[in-house]
Amino acid sequence: MQKDYTNEILELIRRTSSSLPKDVEDRLRASIEKEEPGSAARGALETILKNVELARANSTPICQDTGTPIFYVHYPEGMSTRKLREQIRAAMAEATKRSYMRPNAVDAIYDKNTGNNLGGDDFPYIHFEEVDADQPLVIELMLKGGGCENVGRQYSLPDNSLGAGRDLAGVRKVVLDAVQKAQGQGCAPGILGVSIGGDRGSSYIKSKEVLFSEIGTRNPDPKIAELEERLTKEANELGIGPMGFGGKTTVLDTKITGMHRLPASYFVSVSYMCWAYRRRKMTVKGDEVEYD
Amino acid sequence: MREITIPISDEVIRSLHAGDPVQLSGVMMTGRDAVHKWMSETFIKKTRQPQGDDLQVYEEIKKILDHGVLYHCGPVVSGLDTKEYKFVAAGPTTSIREEPYQADVMRHFNLKGVIGKGGMGAKTLQGCVETPGVYFHAIGGAAAFLAQTVQKVLGVYKLEEFGVPEAMWVIEVKNFPVVVTMDAHGVSQHSTLDERSRKVLEELLTQPY
Repeated sequence: MQKDYTNEILELIRRTSSSLPKDVEDRLRASIEKEEPGSAARGALETILKNVELARANSTPICQDTGTPIFYVHYPEGMSTRKLREQIRAAMAEATKRSYMRPNAVDAIYDKNTGNNLGGDDFPYIHFEEVDADQPLVIELMLKGGGCENVGRQYSLPDNSLGAGRDLAGVRKVVLDAVQKAQGQGCAPGILGVSIGGDRGSSYIKSKEVLFSEIGTRNPDPKIAELEERLTKEANELGIGPMGFGGKTTVLDTKITGMHRLPASYFVSVSYMCWAYRRRKMTVKGDEVEYD
Repeated sequence: MREITIPISDEVIRSLHAGDPVQLSGVMMTGRDAVHKWMSETFIKKTRQPQGDDLQVYEEIKKILDHGVLYHCGPVVSGLDTKEYKFVAAGPTTSIREEPYQADVMRHFNLKGVIGKGGMGAKTLQGCVETPGVYFHAIGGAAAFLAQTVQKVLGVYKLEEFGVPEAMWVIEVKNFPVVVTMDAHGVSQHSTLDERSRKVLEELLTQPY
């Protein structure tokens, strides 16, 4: 008999929505000192940090847009994914009732909000990945708001308007273009998830998957790691700043991943994550559940 | 920081300039995508016949919006069962989606301020000059903090029809922090910054890999 994890998943949702991960908070705090005293940029960062503390203390959402819930479930061989799916959905409806989540699932054809964050088979988004039977059940959750999702971009290279060819030099150009076009609208300072290759669909999915890693995690390929750091530095030279108020902090980190592509295609997908970079993980070890 | 009370006079609006930090107090109303579409189609362009309680709601919101402020916000609200509503999380949503409607809505209802995030375009800036009114930029994502400035939920319109995030919530706020980023003199901090960052981008694109 498989254990029912509904309550544990509910706790995962509460933590994800109300408690910003430490690596993100630390990076935001470090950014304050870079902004001029008395500037709107600095004021914005100070308000953001006050908000982070308040949300955590009161178990209320950091941002009212509690986003698209994206679950990645790493389940041991033999576990029922059908039951896990039901439990995730039950936890999501309960989390909505408790105001950890805003009702966020709107039928696109009939414009009707379902009121409980459950919509069709795809809301919440759940991805299952099987691991060995002796491995723990790990559930990762990311909440990605609509404002930042809307400023994500996909490029098909070559892009002549930017002079971007099918190589890393071209990737650099289109990513910088995406940040410039986003201005403050993705709730800067943002975190960039970049995927190179794949088809249009898989490319966008990978650009989000890469956002599950902590800030500062570099791609193991030194060539890509170098581009990640260069892009963060150059994006900050654009001067867009927190909320687009102008300033030095536009992007907190950049994460890049590569995929295989068709000879004919060269896609670069940029997923922009807002400063309210909500991602948490639960690990089930026997009767114990660890959250981080 | 300048403190302003809603309703706001034209004189106060004209004294505001892009870049000014301001604290707002008084009664305002939330409204986002569904509301702007409904206002525009039913009462401004009149391409849709009023239905249900449309006309009654219209008469009531006219009084709230005259010299008033509209907030682009889809809040998280508790107390939905008991109707003892409380704002739990209430930060701004992206405003640019209302660009097709905003200037008309400002003029029609004599709005003095629109609060949101990300800024708006040329049409709305023109609306700010003509009405006159301003665009107030709130801190995106600071939902828990901004919800605390909401003293009271005074009422709600179209809750059933539009859903919680899209309904028109009438709220009383105290010391709600914003920055004026588009003023009644035709200055938009957003277009200034867009241009400036575009020049930096062009320079970066010429650098070798």
